[in-house]
Formats: sequence, C-alpha cells, structure tokens
Amino acid sequence: MAALWKAVPEAPADPILGVAAAFRADPSPNKVNLGVGAYRTEHGKPYVLPVVARVHRELLDDGVDHEYLPMEGYAPFISAAERVILGDAAAALREGRVASVQALSGTGSLRVAFEFLKRFYRPRAGAGDAGSLPKVYVPSPTWSNHRQIVPDAGLGDAVLYRYFNAKTHGVDFSGMCADLRAAPPGSVVLFHGCAHNPTGADPTMEQWVQLLDICKSGSLLPLFDNAYQGFASGDLNRDAASVRLFADAGIDLIITQSFAKNMGLYGERVGCLSVVMSSPCSPEIRTRVLSQLKLVVRPMYSSPPALGAKIAARILGEPGLFAEWNTELQKMSSRIYAMRVALRDRLIANGAPGSWQHVVDQIGMFSFTGLTPQQVAYMVEKHHIYLTSNGRISIAGLNPSNINYVADAMKDAIEAHPSGDASKL
Amino acid sequence: MLSARAACLFHAVFGGCWRTGVQLELYVLSVSGVSEKNPRHDLYFATQHEPVAHEQVSRRSRQCVRVTAGELLLISGEEPSLIAMAPGAMTRIAGMRALTAPSSTLARSLQRSCAARREMSRWSKVPLGPEDAILGVTVAYNHDPNPKKINLGVGAYRDDEGKPFVLESVRMAERILLEAENAMEYLPVAGDKTFVKNALKLAFGSECSAAPGFENFAGMQTLSGTGACRMGGELLARFYDAPDVYLPTPSWANHTPIFKDAGCTVKGYTYYDASTCGLDFKGMVADIEKMPPSSVVLLHACAHNPTGVDPSKAQWDQLSALMREKHLVPFFDMAYQGFTSGDADVDAYAPRKFLKDGHHMILAQSFSKNFGLYGHRVGCLSFACDSVAEAQAVESQLKILARPMYSNPPIHGVRVVNEILQEKTLESKWRLEMQGMAERITGMRMKLRSGLEARGSAKIWDHITSQNGMFCYSGLTPEQVGRLSTEWSVYLTKNGRISMAGVTSRSVEYLADAIHAVTK
Repeated sequence: MAALWKAVPEAPADPILGVAAAFRADPSPNKVNLGVGAYRTEHGKPYVLPVVARVHRELLDDGVDHEYLPMEGYAPFISAAERVILGDAAAALREGRVASVQALSGTGSLRVAFEFLKRFYRPRAGAGDAGSLPKVYVPSPTWSNHRQIVPDAGLGDAVLYRYFNAKTHGVDFSGMCADLRAAPPGSVVLFHGCAHNPTGADPTMEQWVQLLDICKSGSLLPLFDNAYQGFASGDLNRDAASVRLFADAGIDLIITQSFAKNMGLYGERVGCLSVVMSSPCSPEIRTRVLSQLKLVVRPMYSSPPALGAKIAARILGEPGLFAEWNTELQKMSSRIYAMRVALRDRLIANGAPGSWQHVVDQIGMFSFTGLTPQQVAYMVEKHHIYLTSNGRISIAGLNPSNINYVADAMKDAIEAHPSGDASKL
Repeated sequence: MLSARAACLFHAVFGGCWRTGVQLELYVLSVSGVSEKNPRHDLYFATQHEPVAHEQVSRRSRQCVRVTAGELLLISGEEPSLIAMAPGAMTRIAGMRALTAPSSTLARSLQRSCAARREMSRWSKVPLGPEDAILGVTVAYNHDPNPKKINLGVGAYRDDEGKPFVLESVRMAERILLEAENAMEYLPVAGDKTFVKNALKLAFGSECSAAPGFENFAGMQTLSGTGACRMGGELLARFYDAPDVYLPTPSWANHTPIFKDAGCTVKGYTYYDASTCGLDFKGMVADIEKMPPSSVVLLHACAHNPTGVDPSKAQWDQLSALMREKHLVPFFDMAYQGFTSGDADVDAYAPRKFLKDGHHMILAQSFSKNFGLYGHRVGCLSFACDSVAEAQAVESQLKILARPMYSNPPIHGVRVVNEILQEKTLESKWRLEMQGMAERITGMRMKLRSGLEARGSAKIWDHITSQNGMFCYSGLTPEQVGRLSTEWSVYLTKNGRISMAGVTSRSVEYLADAIHAVTK
C-alpha cells in the first residue's frame, strides 16, 4: 500500500525549543542554556516551590480523586485566578461581568480566546452585514508563538505594532501609540501585562494610562497576556497594575493567565482565560459567553488537567499558603534581579562595548541583549552558550558560577563580530 | 412639549435600548433628578405606537416600574414600545428606530448614546450554546432528593459503593513520584517519548513487529482521547487530500464537533441495528464498500460508545480485508483497552490485526478509564507510517499543530502511567485492578439482565450482556427514559444509554424494577 503520508513535509524546528534541543545535544562541560523560559536556581536546577511540593503531597494524603473536571475547569481555581489578577475589590467581579474558563496555561488560554473571537467577534458588523474578522495586533517583537496561535485560530496573520526601540532598549512609545491609533476600530490588541517577552521592556504606568485612552477612543479590544504576575517584580499587585487599570475603566477586556512560571507548575499546564465584559452586562450575556467558551473547549480537549489547578487553588485560597507563595515570588524575582545586576557589572568591568543599563532596566525572565544573530551564533559555536538568535537571554539561566563566563563570552562575541553600532548595546 | 429640564432628566434615564424580537432590553445607565430619599425613578411604559400625550399616560399605560441605575428591564409584548416619563414630560422610544422626541437634539443624543451602548456591548449577539446532554443528566440527578436515585449518565467508573475509584496501583505510583520530588518541567511539544513507546507497546503488544522501538510510528502524547482525535483530525485537514472522516452511527457525541472543529468533513456509516440492539454488519459493510478510496474510517476498537456493540473477531478480520481492498484509512479510537474484557491484549485485537495486515492506520488512545486518570488527560495519537523519515515528517507537523494550541501536554498523568508500566509488580497490580473493574461491570450486566427476566419482562434483554464495556444501549425510548427519571429517579441520557458503571449491587434490583415498570 502506498505511503499515505508522503505529502506531509518535514516542518522547521521551533526557534525557541530548537535551542534547548541543541543545548542537550552539546557535550561541552561549559555549556550554558539561556534559551527556554523556565526558572532555574542558583545551582542551575529546576525549582520546585516548597509550598507547591507540600500542597501536592497534601492532595495525595487527602486522597483527592482523579475525576474529570468540568469543561470550564476547577471552580475554586477559576475564582481564585480571577481574583489574583483583577484584585479582590474588582468591580467587574462584584458585578458578575467576568466569564472565565481554566485552560492549558497561557497558550491554551490564548487559543481558546482567539477561537471564541473568530466565532463571535465582528467589530464592524452593522444591520444585515456579517462583518469581517477583527484584526489582531501584537507587539513587535513578541513571544513567537503568539504569531502562530492567531492564524491557527482562524484570524489570519497577526499585525505587528511598533513596540521595542532597539536603540534605547526600551519601549518605542510614540511608535506604539501611532500604530494603535491607526488600528481599525474594534481591533484586538494584545498587551503583555508585565515583563514583556522577549524584551523585558514594559510601559510605565503613565504610558498605560495613555494606552487605555487610545483603546477607548478606538473601541479597541485589549487582550492582556499575563505569564509573569508576581514573577516580574515579586509583587502580585504591582505586576497586575496595567490589567487592573483597564479593568477598572469598565471596558471590554480579555485576560489570559499562566501559572507556569510564578508557581513553577510548567508541565501541569495551569492557566485561565477571562472575558471581562463592559458595564452594564446582564447575567444572561455572561452565561451565553461561558457556554460558547465551553463549546470551543469540548472538541479540543474536553476538560483541562486537574492536578495543577487543584494545587494552585489551595495556594491562592489559603492565606498561609498564599503568604508563603508571595515569599517565594520575592525570592525568585530577587535572584533574577541580582543576576541582572551582576551581568551588567561584569560587562562593564570586562569592558564590553556599551552601557548595559538595559540589562538592569528590563524586567522579568528575559533580557533583549542587543546581540546580533551573528554574535549569537558565535556564542553558541565558540562558547557553547545557547540563546535565541534574536539576542534574547533567559536571566534565570544565569547563576554565580556561569555569569562571568557568559559576560566574557558576550564581550568576545561583540568584538569578534562588531555590529558597527556600539550605541545599540 | 418637553421642557429643557425635563429633556435633560429624560436623557439621563435612558442610556440605551434595542430590540430583540418581541423583547425589549433596557439598561438604565443612570438616573438623575432623584433624591436620597427617593433614589428610584418612575418609568411608565405601554405597548402601543401612537404618541400619547402626557395627561393620558397614566390612564393608558399598562405597567409602571421604578427603576434605578444599572438595572436591566426586559419588556415583552407584541409590538413593544416605551413611554418614559420624566417629571412633567414624556416621549417615546421604539427599539432603536422611531424616536419621536419633540426635540431633535434630544433625539440625536439619545440615538448616539444608544448606538454607543450597543457598540460597547460586543457580546450581545453571542448565542446561548446547547447544554451538554450528559451534564444535564447529572444536574437533574443532583437536584433529586429521592434517596433511591441512580445516576446512569456518568462516563466514569464507580465502585460498588457508587464512589469514584482511584486505583491502588495509581496511588502507589504517585507516592513513588512524590518521593522522587520531580519538578513539573515542561514536556516536549509531542510529550513524553517514553510514554508514547509504552502506549504503543500496550496497544500493539511487545511482540508485534514494530516493537520495541516503533520507529515507523509518528507518535504524540495528547490530551486524552479527545486531544488525540482532535490532533489526528487537524493533521488530516491540513495535509491529507481526502479529509472526509466517516463515523459510525451512532458514535460518541463529541466525535462530530472534534473532527468538524479540526477542519474535516464528517460523514456517517451504518453501524447500530436498533431492531436487534446489535451490529448491523451487512449495512456497515455495504456503506464501507461505497466509500471513496482514501476515506478515513473511524472505528471504536472495543466497547463502542454509546452502544457497547462491537464486531466479532471474524467480522474484524473481514473489515480489515475490505478496507485494504478499498484503500481506506482506519482511524481507531481506543478508550477502553483492558476495561472491556478485563484483558488489555484481548481488547486490542482489532488494532493489532489491522497493523499486522499492513494498514496505514491512525490510533487514538485514552488512558482515562483503564488507569482511572480521567482528570489528568492522558492520551496518545499515533500514525503507522512506511518509514522513519515519514514518521518524523508527520511528527514534526503534529508538533506545529500542537504548539499554538496548548504548547505541550500535562506531565503528571504520563509519569504515573510510565511508573506503572515499567515496574513489574505495579503493572501486574494494575492489570488485576483493571480486570476487577471490568468484572464488576460484567457482573452488574448479568444481574440486571437476570433481574429483568426474573420479573417476567416480555422484552428481550440479551443485549445487556452481549454489549461490551461501560455502556449499555438499552433500547429504551426517550419517553421511557423520561418516565424513569420522573417516576423512579433513575437518570440516563435520552438515547437510552445506560452507564453500567453507575449500577451497584445495592441498586441493581431497584433499577430492574424501574426498567421493567416503564417497559411492560
């Protein structure tokens, strides 16, 4: 019988995950993995948060069953997730304007959101006109998977809005505003709530206020992707400030949350999607939206995985555990900040061209170093240091035993392949 | 005539309204001109068209309601219209159109605020999706106070106390894992490779020619059976020339939306014979013979859901030969391996036969029931390819499909399965427990059938014991199903599907009474 799958071509490797694969294959004892965004301890090991390990053990000791969760997920987790991002006092929660489902971490939450929008969101629909699909705007650059999720959900290619200023290593705010002002009314705009991936550059609160205004004037639909709440600054409320600003304005809003990094629950795929509806909103609309979210979920995976959500629910719901978790967040974010400082200091000390202030100013797990693809390739080949070709490093992969090695390698790479623009660094 | 002051007050009351059929939804944005003592405002409305003069309103209005900001009013009527009254003034609104306000300024500003309100409610046109049929059964069951109530809708195994059952072998594996203090790291996009090999070994046996490496197989860990079918469908829709998927009639209700959402065209083939409560093999063969070459045919490997009706070994042999002859692609959905007869090897007869016969088959496996890992979403999808290169190409595309859907699958459940399948004593224990589950179900089938026969039922109940697995397609009509719930507090889905897992030694006699009562 003829081979049926002959027509299936080999696909290119995922740019981010490909780095991890290359790292694993490298036999060098000096190799450093600055690729995948998972937290590592100062010893370079994966980190199980003690509070998570304890709650996991408790669940086993309590004899918790393994029954199916409902399609929308574990109710205690969902309400706790809503509260942690929106705040306990959120008007939207009080007024019953939030429809949420547990989903498979950030990716799953985004996919369900975009599938829902593809089915029901037609911003320019008038009477008797079906309207066309909304455009989805994402920052340039953004997490690469965003630009796959949007088209796979049937919304066509995402449109890039200016975001990162390579010269300043910060936000290109005027470019961003101009592009968003030019977006067709009703367009979906994806924002990173904090700790922008891959650049680490976030708008200031004043800038968020202006962005809110632009969204309101343009009837834009903001979608906040929150993968690092608590992990960025160590303060859950601070990292949620941008989201809460928009939510408190009473407008339509979509929120996706991942608990992969901030609870170290990566492989358990814990996330939440919330559709926050503008005021006023009848309970009926919320019921209808929830019913349609479930209809996206059921033929995709039926119901979400149970364990991670049960762990997260206990931690979020019990004050003692919640406090412990907050301490852990501070520890992790402090270690990351310390590594940023150490990297900057070593780069200055070893005379690498540039000011390197951005390494400390950027926030979260990643730093957009400014290294060119050529310099990156050099780092990989000569020094066995693995990072993505866009120059993004995972600060979590740095620790006292490899930081000098990395800083020195960066200097070597820059000198070996000068980019011709020292100010870029 | 509206006075200027009255016009302002009126504007404050009405922020927006629109028509939906014969209902008018009205949101009161704000109310002004009210005092602390009287924070609410009178709103009069009637269902008539002609403008009504102020003096006549109180006589002709049908209803009056006091409103306050943030309220939602739902007004129904044949041709609803509104007469609103601010102190000393009145006007009328009918839906979004006829606004006969004396002041054009007021009219424009009201229209603008109505339009703005409508635009801001982006979700008002989202229709209510149908409630899950099976869930509805459980909801009704939960509300019933009758202590004798039985829930036969549940698709999960229950022990003889009617309780969820966590396998001892699973608990033991979990303890071992906990002691190892593994981090919950990301799995690769295609999941745990060891698990995929274990899953394929379980499905096809360690003696099959493809074992132990299964290098010609493209395999991927999936979100249980649902995820496996979905990813299989997505690949077919993206790369396969003929993405028509044929489902048996009936099939698991979720199959249709899974394959549709994946982008496939869903068709049906004859399967169940209602007159015999068995397999319409002739009809099935006839339909298969008519399928265009390269069509994908979904087959339940064992314990067909919802009917419990499976082909015999001889019939499977015939189907394999027929499908080879017709160049059809078998897509096996195996959700009950080991759970059906109690023996995982016996239950996998069909996929093993098809593999031996050289089919380029697709296999979706679920580990929800046979390991009791329902909530952990453990599944596997595999494609039998011609070569390693082909398998790698297919796998690479599966990853491209999975990454923007969920990035990577959950880790806990597959760790448990690996632990169990890689340790001889745990594996033996698991097989015994699986056998125990299957035997309890078989036992309940026998008790139910003999109970009905003992009660002198005139109907034939052979199918209760000849059907396999968790479900029994009872043959009960929707009307009889309705009577079972209202008269006996016995809950099952309208299609007459009984989850035998919901039957216990204590409840089986009562169930026999109930079924006998509605069928005699």
